[in-house]
Amino acid sequence: MEVAPLRNRLERLGSTVTSQVWRLGYASRFLAYLVMHSGTALRRFRLTVAEIYFAGVLSLVIILVSGLFVGMVLALQGYETLQRFGASESLGVLVALSLVRELGPVVAGLLFASRAGSAITAEIGLMKATEQISAMEMMAVDPIARVVAPRFWGGVISMPLLAALFSAAGIFGGYLVGVQLIGVDAGAFWSQMQAAVDLRNDILNGVIKSVVFGVAVTWISVFEGYDAVPTAEGVSRATTRTVVTSSLAILALDFVLTALMFTGGNH
Amino acid sequence: MNRSMIDLWVGIFVVVGFAALIFLALKVGNLASFSTDQTYQIEAKFANIGGLKVRGPVKSAGVVVGRVANIRFDTESYEAIVSMTLGLNYQFPRDTTAKILTSGILGEQYVGLEAGGDGVMLKNGDRVRLTQSAVVLENLISQFLFNKASETKEPAK
Repeated sequence: MEVAPLRNRLERLGSTVTSQVWRLGYASRFLAYLVMHSGTALRRFRLTVAEIYFAGVLSLVIILVSGLFVGMVLALQGYETLQRFGASESLGVLVALSLVRELGPVVAGLLFASRAGSAITAEIGLMKATEQISAMEMMAVDPIARVVAPRFWGGVISMPLLAALFSAAGIFGGYLVGVQLIGVDAGAFWSQMQAAVDLRNDILNGVIKSVVFGVAVTWISVFEGYDAVPTAEGVSRATTRTVVTSSLAILALDFVLTALMFTGGNH
Repeated sequence: MNRSMIDLWVGIFVVVGFAALIFLALKVGNLASFSTDQTYQIEAKFANIGGLKVRGPVKSAGVVVGRVANIRFDTESYEAIVSMTLGLNYQFPRDTTAKILTSGILGEQYVGLEAGGDGVMLKNGDRVRLTQSAVVLENLISQFLFNKASETKEPAK
C-alpha cells in the first residue's frame, strides 16, 4: 500500500519531464519552420517594418528612460564606493563597462520581454482565440509566414538597437550625475572610459549578447502565442509564461555567455 | 497611424539605434586609439612581472606606445618572458630599459620603456636586455623591517 503513491508521484514526474522535453522539441521545430518560411516576411519587408514599429519604436521611451535612470544610479552608487579608494576618476569606466557588458543587454532584454514580448504573445494568442489563424489557413495563407515570421524578425532586429540605446542613454545618465552633478573631471571620465572599454571584448560581446537575447525573447513570445490555449484564460496564461520564461532565459543565457566571453585567456 | 508615419518612425528608430552603436564604438570604446596593422614585436625577460596582464599598456614617457601581447614562463631561467607589440612609428634604441610600473598606488601595472642612447634601433623579435622587475610589496616590507631591526641592534654594540 506504500508503493502506490510513490509510483504515482514518479509517473507524474516522468510525464512532466517528457511533456517539457516534447514542448522544447516542438518549439525548436517551430523555430526551424519559422526561419525556413521567413521568405515572405523578408520579401514583403513592409510587414516586418510594421512589427519593428510595434516592438522597437513603441519601446523607445521605456528603454531610454530606464537606461538614463540606471546610468544615474550607477554613477551615484559607484562614486560612493570609488571615492573611498580615491579612484573617483574611474567612474566612467565603471558606468560604461557595467552597462555595455551586462546591464545594457540584460535590462533592455527584460524590459523588451515585458513590453514587446507579452504584446506579441497576447496578439497572436488572441488571433488564435478569435479563429483568425484558422481563417488564414482556410484561405491557404500560411499563418506562420504571414503573422509569426514578421513579428519574429521585427523583434530580432529591434532588440540589439534597443540594447545599444539603453547603454548609450545610461552612459549619458552617468555623465550627467558624475560630471555635471558630482563634479568628476569630464576629461578623466571620458578618457579613462575610452582606455578601458575595448571594441571587441566589451562592445561587440555586448551586441552579441543582445542579439542572442532578442532571438530568445521573440522566439519564446511567438511560440507561446501560437501554442496558447485559444480561450481568454489560455491567452492570459501564455502571456504570463512569456514574461517568466523570457526573463529566466535571459538571466540563464547571460550567465552562460558571460562565462564564455569574459573568462579564459582573452584578458 | 498611416503607413508613411510608421516608416518614418522605424527609420528614425534604426538611425538612432545605429547612432548609439557608433557612439559606443567611437566615444566609449577605443576604436581609434591604437591601430594594430603596423606593429613590431619585442620581448623582455623579467624576474617578476607582478600583476601584469596580457593586453596591458606599454608606455614610454607616459604615452601608450603598444600593448602586452603575450606572457609566458621560461622553464630554463625560471623567469617570465613578456612579448610586446609596439606601433611601427615608435622606434626604440637597442639599450632601452623595460620596467614594470604601477599607475597610481592601486592602479593597473604596465611596462614602462626608457630609451637609451644606442644608435641601433630594436627590430622585430629583438629582446630588451635591461629590465627591472615589478616591485613586490611584501619584499619591500620585509626589507624595511630587516633594516629597522638592524638599526635598533646597533646601539647595543
